[in-house]
Amino acid sequence: MLRPGDLSTDEQIVAALKRGDEAAFVELVKRHQSLMLRVARRYVRSATVAEEVVQETWLGVLNGLDRFECRASLKTWIFRILSNRALTRAEREGRAVPFSSLDGEDGEPAVDADHFRGDADRWPGHWWSSPASWEDLPEERLLARETLSVVGDAIVELPERQHVVIVMRDVEGWAPAEVCAALAISDGNQRVLLHRARSKVRRRLEAYLDPQPAPA
Amino acid sequence: MRCAEPDCTCRELTQVLTDYLEGAMAPRDRAQLESHLEECEGCANYLSQMRETVHAVRGLRAREAVPTVPADLLAAFRAWKQDEPLPGPES
Repeated sequence: MLRPGDLSTDEQIVAALKRGDEAAFVELVKRHQSLMLRVARRYVRSATVAEEVVQETWLGVLNGLDRFECRASLKTWIFRILSNRALTRAEREGRAVPFSSLDGEDGEPAVDADHFRGDADRWPGHWWSSPASWEDLPEERLLARETLSVVGDAIVELPERQHVVIVMRDVEGWAPAEVCAALAISDGNQRVLLHRARSKVRRRLEAYLDPQPAPA
Repeated sequence: MRCAEPDCTCRELTQVLTDYLEGAMAPRDRAQLESHLEECEGCANYLSQMRETVHAVRGLRAREAVPTVPADLLAAFRAWKQDEPLPGPES
């Protein structure tokens, strides 16, 4: 009988899996399946292929369990297997782009240039009009269903690498080092992707929360 | 783009704010950025917007549906448990 807490460490999960504990396997799949599908979907052409890649990954995890050493975290190991499988599949589809590459990523600024004073101004590069403070924004407004829908839509529309990084970091709460290990990217690139992703989500939120910023 | 110049602009600050929030700035750059924030209401407000954005994105987590485990994956687990060979990745 599985007790809560039995699966709080990687060692406990791996030991349970090796015992053939089905409840432990189900718990592990439930923890990671959604994000795995999202990540896989960002490499391959269709949701069906992404599901196949995730399925293959789980088989790879089970088959490779004896090789897993708890030096790395279990989830980053699982996502490394997933990335490798997804990349192999994407290469076969002729659409492989290494996750580590920032090529093709847009370098658009965090805030549109026309929000800032021009070079001829006395204060070049400073705000034309101050953004509104959200410090006193009521929690119930920020986390209202409709606001979260705006946020969710903005995230879905992000370029693939930005999408995966913001989901791992901010939705799932992964540490930066875990994201870097799982996706084989540098810390610097992880931050660039996170910055672009958060900046775009902020713009969408601003358009929703402050549709007409007050002039200075 | 860095925020190490004494006249660091608001535009430059918006480009490096994630480095700041992630604690990835050199101490000198960080001090420069913080002194800008103290004097610039617009950038202080922008920082509040970025913080609340992260807070809202975190709010999505509670909305995630718990996935169901596909039946064929469970069947594969049971086969693995019985020491039956699992299909490897397609060659």
